[in-house]
Amino acid sequence: MASGAVERFDGKARETFEHVGKTTVYRGELLRHPVYTRVLHWSVALFFFLALFTGFGIYLPWLFRWFTPFFGGGQLSRILHPYFGTGFVFFFALQALNWFEPMIWTAADSRWMRKIKEIASGEEKMDPPDTGFFNAGQKLQFWEIVGGSVVFIITGIILWAGARTFGRITVAISYVLHDISALIMLGGIFIHIYLSTIGEPGTFQAMIRGAVSDAWAWTFHPAWYKQVTGRDPQQACDEARRQMNSGRNP
Amino acid sequence: MADRKALQAEMISGQTPPSPGHGMQRDLEVCKLVDTTTCIGCKACEVACAEWNDLPFSLTTFDNTYQTMPETRWNFWNLIKFNEHQNPDGTIQWLMRKDQCMHCADPGCLAACPADGAIVKYANGIVDFNQENCIGCEFCVSGCPFNIPRFNPATKRVYKCTLCSDRVGEGLEPACIKACPTGCLKFGTKDDMKFIAEERAKQLRNNFGWQNAGVYDPQSVGGTHVIYVLHDATDPERYGNLPSNPQIPWSYTVWKWLFKPVLGTFALFGLLGVLLHHVTHGPRLPQPEPPKKEEANG
Repeated sequence: MASGAVERFDGKARETFEHVGKTTVYRGELLRHPVYTRVLHWSVALFFFLALFTGFGIYLPWLFRWFTPFFGGGQLSRILHPYFGTGFVFFFALQALNWFEPMIWTAADSRWMRKIKEIASGEEKMDPPDTGFFNAGQKLQFWEIVGGSVVFIITGIILWAGARTFGRITVAISYVLHDISALIMLGGIFIHIYLSTIGEPGTFQAMIRGAVSDAWAWTFHPAWYKQVTGRDPQQACDEARRQMNSGRNP
Repeated sequence: MADRKALQAEMISGQTPPSPGHGMQRDLEVCKLVDTTTCIGCKACEVACAEWNDLPFSLTTFDNTYQTMPETRWNFWNLIKFNEHQNPDGTIQWLMRKDQCMHCADPGCLAACPADGAIVKYANGIVDFNQENCIGCEFCVSGCPFNIPRFNPATKRVYKCTLCSDRVGEGLEPACIKACPTGCLKFGTKDDMKFIAEERAKQLRNNFGWQNAGVYDPQSVGGTHVIYVLHDATDPERYGNLPSNPQIPWSYTVWKWLFKPVLGTFALFGLLGVLLHHVTHGPRLPQPEPPKKEEANG
């Protein structure tokens, strides 16, 4: 019943946001992310970086104190940080509901993880044929952020209220867990930004315009390509290669 | 200190150098001695503290004791804690302890503080808060084993006893010391105060029957610059939660000074890592890639 309510909520939200914005899919492209997903993604990203940059000044002031003037000084950074963090967790919670189903871990993901070295090094030009809408790396990061957000919200409330409410040892432990969670996400965001921009070209437009090229789809998410087009990704790729070669060598 | 040293006589006419007293130095470290056995609970120190530091007074709460308020506040740094302790033989001890910042040699508040220059420990041992640099995160509250720093929600900053650093800097004793009518409060160098405290404890043990009398100067925080003479040093908790073994949480020592910078650097290596990946392995392009140059020609 609960999952039914979530389904209805997500469906309504997606439908509503289709009136807010639009997605143009040109010939040779596939719809990747609808408006609702994109709005959530950039809301999460905005609050993530606001919270990250206000947090930097608190984490290592001797290195990052130059961040705090952007937010009106140390005091205001400290005041704003929990609100930014709450915004991040709120929008990510909506995104987690939106993406819960495609993010479920499958046997194909375990196989993907075992081949991660070949995929990351570029030895495997295309992702394994059973790679669906999200690959195992994306799922790993998603579930890390889900776990990290739970840590953030619990320890964050403790740090927000302070030692007078929760006791000094609770605060001392929470602060370490809060830091560790932030460090993991910081490491993750580098990989995330890299792969979505210069690491795998053609990815960024999925979150901007919402559409990706057919070639991108059959290369990085073959099973998803097969699911939406009904065509075999390897055949489609080979066909494209033949066309390309015949075009170049008349 | 330098000015006083400059006024020392180095050579004196008609005398063979070195002149008497030349090269002598006073101990830099100051200390406040609180003799709980001679405190009468008059609260003159509370008034003197609020007066000198110009602390705005606020309404108190009555909790069925003689205490001015249940605990110190951001605008009340010096509180006599009244505790009734029942001895095993049924007799009652009425204990009075002056509660304030202990000015630890290893201050937990300073270790916990992430703000640049908000907490300073001076060479004379005084631990002082600079409110203009305080960001109001309240980590110091969690770092302090004595539950001293107090947050003012109106200014979003934390306050506590300064050991009257402004007076001490001018060669005066703290305001509370000046007001004490019984001599239960003393102020001087750490060595002198420790000596007087030990003498007093010995007197209590030998002449007054307090077998467990002793000095409270907890070494787990490197000693403090406010020390107590207690009737029973084996049980400081009876004086209103004075910890017998004050500790600074591990997360404010090892984590902060070692793991924070090290792990932060590791996170930045993540950035370096992805850039190196791009340089060494290049991007993964959607397939089919355009034919390589040789193939196209061949």
